[in-house]
Amino acid sequence: MLCQNCGKYEATTHVKRIVNGETAEAHLCSDCAAALGYTDVFGGFTNTFSDLLGSFFGEPAVSALSSRTVRCEKCGNTFNDIVNSGKLGCADCYRTFYDKLLPSIQRIHGKTRHEGKTPKAVKVEADSPQNKIIRLEKELKDAVERQDFEKAAQLRDEIKAVKESGKNE
Amino acid sequence: MSKWYIGVGEQSDIVVSTRIRLARNIADYPFPNKLNTKSRTQLNNLIRDAVMKNNEFSLKFIEMKTLTRFEAASMAERHIISPEFASSADGRALMLSPDEDISIMLNEEDHIRVQVMKPGFALDEAYELADKIDDSLNADFNFAFDSRIGYLTQCPTNLGTGMRASVMLHLPALTMTGRIHRLINTVSKLGLTFRGAFGEGTAAVGDMYQLSNQITLGISEESAIKNLKAITLQLCAQERSAREELLGDSNAEDSIYRAYGMLKWARLLSSKELMENLSLVRLGSVTGKINVPIETINELMISMQPASINVMAGKRLDERERDIIRAKTVREKLG
Repeated sequence: MLCQNCGKYEATTHVKRIVNGETAEAHLCSDCAAALGYTDVFGGFTNTFSDLLGSFFGEPAVSALSSRTVRCEKCGNTFNDIVNSGKLGCADCYRTFYDKLLPSIQRIHGKTRHEGKTPKAVKVEADSPQNKIIRLEKELKDAVERQDFEKAAQLRDEIKAVKESGKNE
Repeated sequence: MSKWYIGVGEQSDIVVSTRIRLARNIADYPFPNKLNTKSRTQLNNLIRDAVMKNNEFSLKFIEMKTLTRFEAASMAERHIISPEFASSADGRALMLSPDEDISIMLNEEDHIRVQVMKPGFALDEAYELADKIDDSLNADFNFAFDSRIGYLTQCPTNLGTGMRASVMLHLPALTMTGRIHRLINTVSKLGLTFRGAFGEGTAAVGDMYQLSNQITLGISEESAIKNLKAITLQLCAQERSAREELLGDSNAEDSIYRAYGMLKWARLLSSKELMENLSLVRLGSVTGKINVPIETINELMISMQPASINVMAGKRLDERERDIIRAKTVREKLG
Protein backbone atom coordinates (compact mmCIF):
# COMPACT_ATOMS: atom_id res chain seq x y z
CA MET A 1 0.00 0.00 0.00
CA LEU A 2 1.22 3.48 -0.86
CA CYS A 3 1.44 6.33 1.64
CA GLN A 4 -1.89 8.13 1.92
CA ASN A 5 -0.20 11.47 2.27
CA CYS A 6 2.40 11.65 -0.52
CA GLY A 7 1.27 8.66 -2.59
CA LYS A 8 4.88 8.00 -3.57
CA TYR A 9 6.40 5.64 -1.06
CA GLU A 10 5.35 2.40 0.56
CA ALA A 11 3.31 2.97 3.72
CA THR A 12 5.24 1.61 6.69
CA THR A 13 3.49 3.41 9.56
CA HIS A 14 -0.04 2.29 10.28
CA VAL A 15 -1.99 4.26 12.87
CA LYS A 16 -5.44 3.53 14.15
CA ARG A 17 -7.14 6.19 16.25
CA ILE A 18 -10.49 6.25 17.93
CA VAL A 19 -11.91 9.72 18.34
CA ASN A 20 -15.41 10.07 19.78
CA GLY A 21 -16.17 6.48 18.92
CA GLU A 22 -15.12 6.93 15.27
CA THR A 23 -12.26 4.79 14.09
CA ALA A 24 -9.74 6.48 11.84
CA GLU A 25 -6.86 4.75 10.13
CA ALA A 26 -3.79 6.32 8.60
CA HIS A 27 -1.24 4.55 6.41
CA LEU A 28 1.87 6.63 5.89
CA CYS A 29 5.46 6.37 4.73
CA SER A 30 8.08 7.07 7.40
CA ASP A 31 8.82 10.61 6.16
CA CYS A 32 5.19 11.69 6.10
CA ALA A 33 4.52 10.02 9.45
CA ALA A 34 7.30 12.10 10.96
CA ALA A 35 6.12 15.25 9.23
CA LEU A 36 2.56 14.80 10.45
CA GLY A 37 3.59 14.01 13.99
CA TYR A 38 2.53 10.38 14.00
CA THR A 39 5.83 9.06 15.27
CA ASP A 40 4.93 9.62 18.89
CA VAL A 41 1.28 8.64 19.07
CA PHE A 42 1.25 8.14 22.80
CA GLY A 43 2.94 11.40 23.64
CA GLY A 44 1.78 14.76 22.47
CA PHE A 45 -1.08 15.21 24.92
CA THR A 46 -0.28 18.75 25.89
CA ASN A 47 -1.96 21.17 28.22
CA THR A 48 -1.77 24.62 26.78
CA PHE A 49 -3.72 25.76 23.78
CA SER A 50 -0.69 26.92 21.83
CA ASP A 51 1.06 23.59 22.32
CA LEU A 52 -2.08 21.94 21.09
CA LEU A 53 -2.15 24.14 17.99
CA GLY A 54 1.41 23.26 17.11
CA SER A 55 0.77 19.55 17.48
CA PHE A 56 -2.16 19.63 15.05
CA PHE A 57 0.30 19.72 12.24
CA GLY A 58 3.24 17.91 13.78
CA GLU A 59 6.83 18.88 13.07
CA PRO A 60 8.04 20.14 9.71
CA ALA A 61 10.58 17.58 8.60
CA VAL A 62 10.28 16.38 5.04
CA SER A 63 9.46 19.42 2.96
CA ALA A 64 13.15 20.35 2.81
CA LEU A 65 13.66 17.15 0.82
CA SER A 66 11.37 18.15 -2.00
CA SER A 67 13.07 20.04 -4.83
CA ARG A 68 10.52 22.85 -5.06
CA THR A 69 8.45 24.29 -2.25
CA VAL A 70 4.75 24.58 -2.94
CA ARG A 71 3.26 27.95 -2.05
CA CYS A 72 -0.36 28.96 -1.75
CA GLU A 73 -0.96 31.12 -4.82
CA LYS A 74 -3.20 33.52 -2.93
CA CYS A 75 -1.33 34.27 0.31
CA GLY A 76 2.11 32.82 -0.32
CA ASN A 77 2.06 30.42 2.63
CA THR A 78 4.08 27.23 2.44
CA PHE A 79 2.98 24.14 4.35
CA ASN A 80 5.81 24.82 6.79
CA ASP A 81 4.44 28.34 7.44
CA ILE A 82 1.15 26.74 8.42
CA VAL A 83 2.84 24.16 10.63
CA ASN A 84 4.94 26.79 12.37
CA SER A 85 2.15 29.31 12.99
CA GLY A 86 -0.72 26.83 13.48
CA LYS A 87 -2.76 29.14 11.26
CA LEU A 88 -4.04 28.93 7.71
CA GLY A 89 -3.48 32.08 5.66
CA CYS A 90 -6.56 32.00 3.47
CA ALA A 91 -9.28 29.75 2.08
CA ASP A 92 -7.01 28.74 -0.83
CA CYS A 93 -4.47 27.25 1.62
CA TYR A 94 -7.04 24.52 2.28
CA ARG A 95 -7.24 23.72 -1.43
CA THR A 96 -3.48 23.93 -2.02
CA PHE A 97 -2.53 21.74 0.96
CA TYR A 98 -5.73 19.72 1.20
CA ASP A 99 -4.09 16.28 1.15
CA LYS A 100 -1.39 17.31 3.60
CA LEU A 101 -3.90 18.88 5.99
CA LEU A 102 -6.40 16.05 5.90
CA PRO A 103 -4.64 13.81 8.48
CA SER A 104 -4.51 16.73 10.94
CA ILE A 105 -8.17 17.54 10.32
CA GLN A 106 -9.00 13.90 10.91
CA ARG A 107 -7.07 13.99 14.18
CA ILE A 108 -8.84 17.11 15.43
CA HIS A 109 -12.39 16.20 14.52
CA GLY A 110 -12.34 12.44 14.01
CA LYS A 111 -14.14 13.10 10.73
CA THR A 112 -13.31 14.75 7.41
CA ARG A 113 -16.72 15.30 5.81
CA HIS A 114 -18.81 18.37 6.50
CA GLU A 115 -22.37 17.89 7.63
CA GLY A 116 -24.75 20.76 8.23
CA LYS A 117 -25.40 24.18 6.83
CA THR A 118 -24.24 25.15 3.35
CA PRO A 119 -24.02 28.82 2.38
CA LYS A 120 -26.32 29.93 -0.41
CA ALA A 121 -24.15 31.08 -3.27
CA VAL A 122 -21.76 28.16 -2.94
CA LYS A 123 -24.56 25.63 -3.03
CA VAL A 124 -25.56 26.69 -6.53
CA GLU A 125 -22.04 26.65 -7.93
CA ALA A 126 -20.06 23.92 -6.26
CA ASP A 127 -22.74 21.42 -5.39
CA SER A 128 -24.44 21.05 -8.74
CA PRO A 129 -24.00 17.45 -9.96
CA GLN A 130 -22.18 18.61 -13.12
CA ASN A 131 -19.59 20.60 -11.15
CA LYS A 132 -19.18 17.79 -8.68
CA ILE A 133 -18.53 15.29 -11.47
CA ILE A 134 -16.01 17.64 -13.08
CA ARG A 135 -14.21 18.08 -9.78
CA LEU A 136 -14.22 14.37 -8.96
CA GLU A 137 -12.99 13.45 -12.44
CA LYS A 138 -10.07 15.82 -12.04
CA GLU A 139 -9.27 14.29 -8.67
CA LEU A 140 -9.53 10.83 -10.23
CA LYS A 141 -7.08 11.79 -12.96
CA ASP A 142 -4.65 13.13 -10.34
CA ALA A 143 -5.00 9.99 -8.25
CA VAL A 144 -4.26 7.75 -11.22
CA GLU A 145 -1.25 9.88 -12.13
CA ARG A 146 0.27 9.45 -8.69
CA GLN A 147 -0.72 5.75 -8.72
CA ASP A 148 -2.98 6.09 -5.67
CA PHE A 149 -5.33 3.36 -6.85
CA GLU A 150 -7.16 3.02 -3.59
CA LYS A 151 -8.19 6.68 -3.78
CA ALA A 152 -8.94 6.31 -7.49
CA ALA A 153 -11.31 3.40 -6.85
CA GLN A 154 -13.06 5.41 -4.17
CA LEU A 155 -13.42 8.41 -6.51
CA ARG A 156 -14.72 6.20 -9.34
CA ASP A 157 -17.46 4.94 -7.01
CA GLU A 158 -18.28 8.49 -5.95
CA ILE A 159 -18.61 9.64 -9.56
CA LYS A 160 -20.83 6.68 -10.31
CA ALA A 161 -23.02 7.51 -7.32
CA VAL A 162 -23.40 11.16 -8.37
CA LYS A 163 -24.30 10.13 -11.94
CA GLU A 164 -26.82 7.58 -10.67
CA SER A 165 -28.50 10.05 -8.32
CA GLY A 166 -28.68 12.55 -11.21
CA LYS A 167 -30.59 10.00 -13.29
CA ASN A 168 -33.10 9.32 -10.54
CA GLU A 169 -34.01 12.95 -10.04
CA MET B 1 -32.58 48.98 27.91
CA SER B 2 -32.01 46.10 30.29
CA LYS B 3 -29.09 43.91 29.22
CA TRP B 4 -29.63 40.27 28.27
CA TYR B 5 -27.49 38.85 31.08
CA ILE B 6 -29.70 40.25 33.81
CA GLY B 7 -32.65 38.26 32.53
CA VAL B 8 -33.89 34.88 33.69
CA GLY B 9 -34.84 32.00 31.39
CA GLU B 10 -35.55 28.26 31.32
CA GLN B 11 -33.74 26.12 33.90
CA SER B 12 -32.32 29.30 35.40
CA ASP B 13 -31.75 27.59 38.75
CA ILE B 14 -28.75 25.95 37.03
CA VAL B 15 -28.36 27.19 33.46
CA VAL B 16 -27.26 30.81 33.73
CA SER B 17 -26.95 31.53 30.02
CA THR B 18 -26.69 30.13 26.51
CA ARG B 19 -24.36 31.21 23.74
CA ILE B 20 -24.02 30.38 20.04
CA ARG B 21 -20.98 31.47 18.09
CA LEU B 22 -20.47 31.14 14.33
CA ALA B 23 -17.12 31.58 12.58
CA ARG B 24 -17.28 32.89 9.00
CA ASN B 25 -14.80 34.20 6.48
CA ILE B 26 -15.48 36.14 3.34
CA ALA B 27 -14.38 34.33 0.18
CA ASP B 28 -11.50 35.87 -1.78
CA TYR B 29 -10.04 37.71 1.21
CA PRO B 30 -7.06 36.23 3.08
CA PHE B 31 -7.74 35.48 6.74
CA PRO B 32 -7.18 38.36 9.25
CA ASN B 33 -3.63 37.20 10.14
CA LYS B 34 -2.65 37.89 6.49
CA LEU B 35 -4.34 41.29 6.28
CA ASN B 36 -2.73 44.56 7.32
CA THR B 37 -4.56 47.14 9.44
CA LYS B 38 -5.69 49.08 6.37
CA SER B 39 -7.20 46.05 4.60
CA ARG B 40 -8.87 44.91 7.82
CA THR B 41 -10.40 48.35 8.31
CA GLN B 42 -11.62 48.34 4.69
CA LEU B 43 -13.21 44.95 5.21
CA ASN B 44 -14.86 46.13 8.45
CA ASN B 45 -16.35 49.09 6.61
CA LEU B 46 -17.57 46.86 3.80
CA ILE B 47 -19.38 44.64 6.30
CA ARG B 48 -20.67 47.67 8.22
CA ASP B 49 -22.16 49.21 5.06
CA ALA B 50 -23.89 45.95 4.12
CA VAL B 51 -25.34 45.42 7.60
CA MET B 52 -26.37 49.05 8.12
CA LYS B 53 -28.38 49.11 4.85
CA ASN B 54 -31.51 47.95 6.62
CA ASN B 55 -30.01 47.10 10.02
CA GLU B 56 -32.77 44.67 10.96
CA PHE B 57 -31.03 43.79 14.25
CA SER B 58 -30.44 47.46 15.31
CA LEU B 59 -26.71 46.91 15.62
CA LYS B 60 -24.27 49.63 16.56
CA PHE B 61 -20.89 49.68 14.81
CA ILE B 62 -17.92 50.28 17.11
CA GLU B 63 -14.31 50.53 16.02
CA MET B 64 -12.29 48.93 18.80
CA LYS B 65 -9.67 51.68 18.68
CA THR B 66 -12.30 54.17 19.91
CA LEU B 67 -12.69 52.28 23.21
CA THR B 68 -10.44 52.56 26.26
CA ARG B 69 -8.56 49.47 27.36
CA PHE B 70 -10.95 49.12 30.32
CA GLU B 71 -14.06 49.43 28.19
CA ALA B 72 -12.77 46.62 25.97
CA ALA B 73 -11.78 44.48 28.99
CA SER B 74 -15.17 45.14 30.57
CA MET B 75 -16.86 43.82 27.39
CA ALA B 76 -14.74 40.67 27.67
CA GLU B 77 -15.88 40.34 31.30
CA ARG B 78 -19.49 40.46 30.07
CA HIS B 79 -18.57 37.77 27.51
CA ILE B 80 -19.60 40.09 24.67
CA ILE B 81 -16.17 39.76 23.10
CA SER B 82 -13.33 37.30 23.60
CA PRO B 83 -10.38 38.27 25.83
CA GLU B 84 -8.19 37.85 22.74
CA PHE B 85 -10.34 40.37 20.83
CA ALA B 86 -10.11 42.84 23.72
CA SER B 87 -6.31 42.51 23.82
CA SER B 88 -5.71 44.35 20.53
CA ALA B 89 -7.74 47.04 18.78
CA ASP B 90 -5.70 46.84 15.58
CA GLY B 91 -8.07 46.78 12.58
CA ARG B 92 -10.88 45.34 14.63
CA ALA B 93 -14.52 46.36 14.96
CA LEU B 94 -17.61 45.22 16.79
CA MET B 95 -21.31 45.29 15.98
CA LEU B 96 -23.51 45.19 19.05
CA SER B 97 -27.27 45.08 19.67
CA PRO B 98 -28.83 47.45 22.25
CA ASP B 99 -29.32 44.78 24.93
CA GLU B 100 -25.97 43.19 23.99
CA ASP B 101 -27.45 39.78 23.13
CA ILE B 102 -25.99 39.97 19.61
CA SER B 103 -22.35 40.80 19.07
CA ILE B 104 -20.44 40.43 15.84
CA MET B 105 -16.66 40.57 16.15
CA LEU B 106 -14.94 41.65 12.95
CA ASN B 107 -11.38 40.54 12.29
CA GLU B 108 -10.93 38.47 15.41
CA GLU B 109 -9.35 35.14 14.42
CA ASP B 110 -11.79 34.97 11.50
CA HIS B 111 -13.34 37.84 9.51
CA ILE B 112 -16.70 37.39 11.19
CA ARG B 113 -17.61 35.91 14.55
CA VAL B 114 -21.36 36.08 15.14
CA GLN B 115 -22.34 35.63 18.75
CA VAL B 116 -25.85 35.34 20.21
CA MET B 117 -26.43 35.09 23.94
CA LYS B 118 -29.62 34.40 25.87
CA PRO B 119 -30.42 34.04 29.56
CA GLY B 120 -31.17 30.52 30.80
CA PHE B 121 -31.35 27.40 28.65
CA ALA B 122 -32.25 28.65 25.16
CA LEU B 123 -30.13 26.80 22.61
CA ASP B 124 -32.80 26.60 19.89
CA GLU B 125 -33.80 30.22 20.25
CA ALA B 126 -30.18 31.39 20.21
CA TYR B 127 -29.27 29.23 17.21
CA GLU B 128 -32.32 30.38 15.28
CA LEU B 129 -31.26 34.00 15.70
CA ALA B 130 -27.59 33.30 14.88
CA ASP B 131 -28.71 31.40 11.78
CA LYS B 132 -30.86 34.35 10.70
CA ILE B 133 -27.96 36.77 11.13
CA ASP B 134 -25.74 34.38 9.18
CA ASP B 135 -28.29 34.25 6.32
CA SER B 136 -28.54 37.99 6.27
CA LEU B 137 -24.73 38.36 6.02
CA ASN B 138 -24.66 35.62 3.41
CA ALA B 139 -27.07 37.66 1.27
CA ASP B 140 -24.30 40.24 0.80
CA PHE B 141 -21.14 38.15 1.04
CA ASN B 142 -19.91 34.88 -0.37
CA PHE B 143 -18.45 32.85 2.47
CA ALA B 144 -15.27 30.78 2.25
CA PHE B 145 -16.64 27.26 2.03
CA ASP B 146 -15.59 23.86 0.74
CA SER B 147 -18.23 21.20 0.16
CA ARG B 148 -15.92 18.57 1.72
CA ILE B 149 -14.80 20.34 4.90
CA GLY B 150 -17.44 23.04 5.29
CA TYR B 151 -16.92 26.65 6.35
CA LEU B 152 -13.22 27.47 6.10
CA THR B 153 -11.68 29.03 9.20
CA GLN B 154 -8.23 30.26 10.11
CA CYS B 155 -7.83 27.50 12.68
CA PRO B 156 -8.81 23.99 11.56
CA THR B 157 -10.47 23.36 14.95
CA ASN B 158 -13.46 25.40 13.72
CA LEU B 159 -13.84 23.81 10.26
CA GLY B 160 -17.22 22.40 9.27
CA THR B 161 -20.15 24.24 10.79
CA GLY B 162 -17.89 26.82 12.48
CA MET B 163 -20.40 26.66 15.30
CA ARG B 164 -19.59 26.64 18.97
CA ALA B 165 -22.69 26.24 21.16
CA SER B 166 -22.31 26.61 24.89
CA VAL B 167 -24.20 26.86 28.14
CA MET B 168 -23.01 28.38 31.39
CA LEU B 169 -23.91 26.19 34.33
CA HIS B 170 -23.96 26.94 38.04
CA LEU B 171 -22.97 23.69 39.75
CA PRO B 172 -22.26 24.43 43.43
CA ALA B 173 -23.56 21.13 44.82
CA LEU B 174 -21.63 18.95 42.36
CA THR B 175 -18.53 21.02 43.15
CA MET B 176 -18.96 20.81 46.94
CA THR B 177 -19.52 17.06 46.86
CA GLY B 178 -16.49 16.63 44.57
CA ARG B 179 -18.53 14.73 41.98
CA ILE B 180 -17.70 17.33 39.36
CA HIS B 181 -14.25 15.84 38.62
CA ARG B 182 -15.64 12.51 37.49
CA LEU B 183 -18.30 14.28 35.43
CA ILE B 184 -15.72 16.48 33.71
CA ASN B 185 -13.87 13.33 32.66
CA THR B 186 -16.98 11.57 31.44
CA VAL B 187 -18.34 14.54 29.52
CA SER B 188 -15.00 15.16 27.83
CA LYS B 189 -15.22 11.70 26.29
CA LEU B 190 -18.55 12.60 24.69
CA GLY B 191 -17.13 15.24 22.36
CA LEU B 192 -17.88 18.17 24.65
CA THR B 193 -15.62 20.67 26.40
CA PHE B 194 -16.36 21.29 30.06
CA ARG B 195 -14.40 23.91 32.01
CA GLY B 196 -14.56 26.85 34.41
CA ALA B 197 -16.46 29.79 32.91
CA PHE B 198 -14.66 32.65 34.65
CA GLY B 199 -10.98 33.31 34.99
CA GLU B 200 -8.07 31.49 33.44
CA GLY B 201 -7.36 27.79 33.45
CA THR B 202 -9.64 25.11 34.77
CA ALA B 203 -10.55 26.43 38.22
CA ALA B 204 -14.25 27.26 38.23
CA VAL B 205 -14.64 30.60 40.01
CA GLY B 206 -18.05 30.87 41.66
CA ASP B 207 -18.84 27.26 40.68
CA MET B 208 -19.60 28.47 37.15
CA TYR B 209 -18.84 26.06 34.32
CA GLN B 210 -19.02 26.29 30.58
CA LEU B 211 -20.12 23.29 28.55
CA SER B 212 -19.67 23.41 24.76
CA ASN B 213 -19.36 21.22 21.68
CA GLN B 214 -15.76 20.39 20.88
CA ILE B 215 -16.10 19.12 17.35
CA THR B 216 -17.43 21.13 14.43
CA LEU B 217 -16.70 18.90 11.41
CA GLY B 218 -18.87 15.93 10.47
CA ILE B 219 -21.65 16.86 12.85
CA SER B 220 -24.54 19.11 11.84
CA GLU B 221 -25.58 22.15 13.88
CA GLU B 222 -28.78 20.34 14.79
CA SER B 223 -27.02 17.20 16.07
CA ALA B 224 -24.40 19.18 17.98
CA ILE B 225 -27.12 21.19 19.73
CA LYS B 226 -29.16 18.06 20.43
CA ASN B 227 -26.09 16.45 22.03
CA LEU B 228 -25.36 19.50 24.13
CA LYS B 229 -28.98 19.71 25.25
CA ALA B 230 -29.10 16.08 26.35
CA ILE B 231 -25.87 16.34 28.37
CA THR B 232 -26.93 19.67 29.90
CA LEU B 233 -30.22 18.18 31.10
CA GLN B 234 -28.38 15.22 32.60
CA LEU B 235 -25.98 17.51 34.44
CA CYS B 236 -28.96 19.56 35.69
CA ALA B 237 -30.60 16.42 37.04
CA GLN B 238 -27.38 15.42 38.81
CA GLU B 239 -26.91 18.89 40.26
CA ARG B 240 -30.51 18.96 41.53
CA SER B 241 -30.17 15.64 43.28
CA ALA B 242 -26.84 16.71 44.81
CA ARG B 243 -28.54 19.91 46.00
CA GLU B 244 -31.31 17.94 47.69
CA GLU B 245 -28.79 15.80 49.57
CA LEU B 246 -26.71 18.81 50.48
CA LEU B 247 -29.53 20.99 51.74
CA GLY B 248 -30.67 18.39 54.23
CA ASP B 249 -27.37 19.08 55.95
CA SER B 250 -27.32 21.98 58.42
CA ASN B 251 -23.67 22.81 57.55
CA ALA B 252 -24.62 23.64 53.98
CA GLU B 253 -27.51 25.79 55.16
CA ASP B 254 -25.15 27.59 57.53
CA SER B 255 -22.69 28.28 54.68
CA ILE B 256 -25.44 29.85 52.60
CA TYR B 257 -26.55 32.23 55.37
CA ARG B 258 -22.95 33.08 56.27
CA ALA B 259 -22.25 33.96 52.64
CA TYR B 260 -25.35 36.15 52.58
CA GLY B 261 -24.20 37.86 55.80
CA MET B 262 -20.75 38.45 54.38
CA LEU B 263 -22.11 40.11 51.23
CA LYS B 264 -24.56 42.24 53.26
CA TRP B 265 -22.00 43.55 55.72
CA ALA B 266 -18.49 43.40 54.28
CA ARG B 267 -16.68 46.69 53.71
CA LEU B 268 -14.01 45.18 51.45
CA LEU B 269 -14.83 42.51 48.87
CA SER B 270 -12.37 40.99 46.42
CA SER B 271 -13.56 39.61 43.08
CA LYS B 272 -12.94 36.06 44.23
CA GLU B 273 -14.75 36.54 47.56
CA LEU B 274 -17.73 38.02 45.78
CA MET B 275 -17.97 35.14 43.32
CA GLU B 276 -17.60 32.47 46.00
CA ASN B 277 -20.22 34.00 48.28
CA LEU B 278 -22.53 34.90 45.41
CA SER B 279 -22.46 31.25 44.36
CA LEU B 280 -23.83 30.20 47.75
CA VAL B 281 -26.38 33.02 47.80
CA ARG B 282 -27.54 31.95 44.33
CA LEU B 283 -27.99 28.43 45.65
CA GLY B 284 -29.95 29.85 48.60
CA SER B 285 -32.06 31.97 46.26
CA VAL B 286 -33.07 29.21 43.82
CA THR B 287 -33.87 26.82 46.66
CA GLY B 288 -36.11 29.42 48.34
CA LYS B 289 -33.97 30.00 51.43
CA ILE B 290 -32.91 33.55 50.69
CA ASN B 291 -35.09 36.20 49.11
CA VAL B 292 -32.70 37.72 46.59
CA PRO B 293 -33.86 37.80 42.95
CA ILE B 294 -31.65 35.86 40.50
CA GLU B 295 -31.59 38.98 38.31
CA THR B 296 -29.71 40.85 41.05
CA ILE B 297 -27.23 37.99 41.44
CA ASN B 298 -26.66 37.78 37.66
CA GLU B 299 -26.07 41.50 37.47
CA LEU B 300 -23.57 41.54 40.36
CA MET B 301 -21.73 38.54 38.98
CA ILE B 302 -21.18 40.29 35.66
CA SER B 303 -20.81 43.95 36.61
CA MET B 304 -18.56 43.71 39.67
CA GLN B 305 -15.52 42.39 37.80
CA PRO B 306 -12.37 44.56 37.89
CA ALA B 307 -12.47 46.27 34.48
CA SER B 308 -16.23 46.89 34.74
CA ILE B 309 -15.72 48.68 38.09
CA ASN B 310 -13.01 50.82 36.50
CA VAL B 311 -15.42 51.76 33.71
CA MET B 312 -18.15 52.55 36.25
CA ALA B 313 -15.75 54.79 38.20
CA GLY B 314 -14.47 56.39 35.00
CA LYS B 315 -10.83 55.86 35.97
CA ARG B 316 -8.29 53.22 36.80
CA LEU B 317 -8.60 52.24 40.46
CA ASP B 318 -6.23 50.15 42.50
CA GLU B 319 -7.38 46.85 43.94
CA ARG B 320 -8.28 48.21 47.37
CA GLU B 321 -10.35 51.04 45.91
CA ARG B 322 -12.21 48.50 43.79
CA ASP B 323 -12.81 46.24 46.80
CA ILE B 324 -14.42 49.19 48.62
CA ILE B 325 -16.70 50.08 45.68
CA ARG B 326 -17.58 46.41 45.15
CA ALA B 327 -18.57 45.93 48.80
CA LYS B 328 -20.60 49.16 48.80
CA THR B 329 -22.48 48.32 45.59
CA VAL B 330 -23.24 44.78 46.75
CA ARG B 331 -24.55 46.08 50.12
CA GLU B 332 -26.84 48.53 48.35
CA LYS B 333 -28.12 45.94 45.87
CA LEU B 334 -28.87 43.39 48.59
CA GLY B 335 -30.66 46.08 50.62
